[in-house]
Amino acid sequence: MPDPLLQIRNLTKRFPTARGMVHAVNDVSFDIPRGSITGLVGESGSGKTTLGRTLLRLIEPSSGQTIFDGQDLNALDAAGLRAARRRMQIIFQDPVASLNPRLRVGQIVAEGLKAHGIGTKRSRRDAAAALLDEVGLGADAMTRFPHEFSGGQRQRIGIARALALEPDFIVADESVSALDVSIQAQVLNLLLDLRARRNLTILFIAHDLSVVEYLCDQIVVMYLGKVVEQGPARPLYTAPAHPYTQALLSAIPLPDPARDTTRTILKGDIPSPLAPPSGCVFRTRCPLASDICADGIPPAVATGPGHLSYCKKIEETYAPA
Amino acid sequence: MATTTTADAPGFLTLLFSRRAVLVALIVFVIIVGLCALAPMIAPADPAKMSVRARLSPPGPDFLLGADAFGRDVASRLLFAGRVSLTIGLGVATLSSIIGIAIGLLAGFFRSLDAPLSRLVDAMMAFPDILLAIALVSILGGTILNVVIALSIVYAPRIARIVRASTLVIRELPFVEAAVALGSSTLTIMTTHVLRNILSPIIVQATFIFAYAMLAEAGLSFLGVGIDPATPSWGTMINEGRQYLDQAAFLIIFPGLAISVSVLALQLIGDGLRDALDPRLAKDL
Repeated sequence: MPDPLLQIRNLTKRFPTARGMVHAVNDVSFDIPRGSITGLVGESGSGKTTLGRTLLRLIEPSSGQTIFDGQDLNALDAAGLRAARRRMQIIFQDPVASLNPRLRVGQIVAEGLKAHGIGTKRSRRDAAAALLDEVGLGADAMTRFPHEFSGGQRQRIGIARALALEPDFIVADESVSALDVSIQAQVLNLLLDLRARRNLTILFIAHDLSVVEYLCDQIVVMYLGKVVEQGPARPLYTAPAHPYTQALLSAIPLPDPARDTTRTILKGDIPSPLAPPSGCVFRTRCPLASDICADGIPPAVATGPGHLSYCKKIEETYAPA
Repeated sequence: MATTTTADAPGFLTLLFSRRAVLVALIVFVIIVGLCALAPMIAPADPAKMSVRARLSPPGPDFLLGADAFGRDVASRLLFAGRVSLTIGLGVATLSSIIGIAIGLLAGFFRSLDAPLSRLVDAMMAFPDILLAIALVSILGGTILNVVIALSIVYAPRIARIVRASTLVIRELPFVEAAVALGSSTLTIMTTHVLRNILSPIIVQATFIFAYAMLAEAGLSFLGVGIDPATPSWGTMINEGRQYLDQAAFLIIFPGLAISVSVLALQLIGDGLRDALDPRLAKDL
């Protein structure tokens, strides 16, 4: 893949708990190309949110590297990290809890500028007004409090705040899943718009594959802390190679009642991350699993340009087009 | 969406005074504070002027609320004593809040400080309040400032516990993570993002501490370990009047009433503040 902005290498995050070690993110590696939107999908508990936080070191990784524009973020000291974070921001899922209820919207949006001592009080206010305008909110929003806005508007405020430092990279953590479908579309279009205008690189974390298809250039599928499949959006959607991706895609509801759908329904829940299955983490729910899946982590199999699947039974599941 | 309804929700004052008792309590308390503040101007007599012939004279035209064992005017002494009692209450509420906020924020924010600070707070709360206060005043000596310091040390753990618990909740919220990502300093995060969102329960608790401190000061003075007897406080007045209970019960009744009414008013105000602030806080977060 050409010119990655972010290279994630063997990133691992383990949380020690009273009952043992939770492997939230387990040896994850992939690249995020400059100017792309990468979708990170998986069900609850797959570690996608932890991964997003770990990239910005809001959660300290246990091991591995995050190379941002040639610089290993995990090797930075506090001051270096603070400087690097100017170029990478995050947009949250919960439009209520992600804005301080005691601050006015103008202060919220200008917080990053103030923290880095950029500009004067007046210029910061002008910048905040311009940002609010850019995300489609009027300048009269400046003096109001977050609770005076709807969910979609709050999400726009969160986006304006993230843009204030003119970052190159944004992690959007389930940023539309708390919104109504019609509002989702507006916010997604805003993200596409901003990407084009500001040449942003976005990691879009979601569990809704139809949203991801609409938005993303590249998709990474996670299951139980591991990447199971990654590749360019189109081939991954039309010809998913990994049985987990196939099950996920067959679960997308189609707005066409006449269409016959044969769904692959997964049985059971995602296993406990305290004791992930040996070998392939998906084998306990995989319709194709056999003895060979239990020993040894499945290697990456290239099923197309930039398209990798981590499955030992790839020839059974995947028929090249 | 629930968020849009808050704009036309009743204002804070409407909510606070929706209970008549809170409004009455506030008016009563303001009158008490006003009277005590204006004591030098409105007191009918010099609170220290003795008159042997007027010893223990009952309330009447000469002495509005009677005279004490030295023939001093009880009404005047009550006004001047109120200044001391209220100052101690306010001083303790303020100082214990400052100490409690500092301990609570540090314990809630820095994991490594949590265990030692929390154990310290637990240890202090294990002592009976008045016993700890007596011990501290005995060590420090009985001046107004020392009583304030001693009582603040006694009550600070209550604030610290509330602040720590609230801090633990707030610091996990996404807007705190956003502040970290934006590069805000730890101090900014602790003040702007955490403290600002937990002020309501602190204010409520401080109101109660104001009342407790006035009671505790009276208790200390009554036991003879409070401020030195030459400075009148409502507590010392009760202590002095105690010996003449059978002849001049009014010596105890009037300062006793002053304490009860002030404390009751403060408690009602505290209750009202809690009811008016808490649902808003719950809604905002």
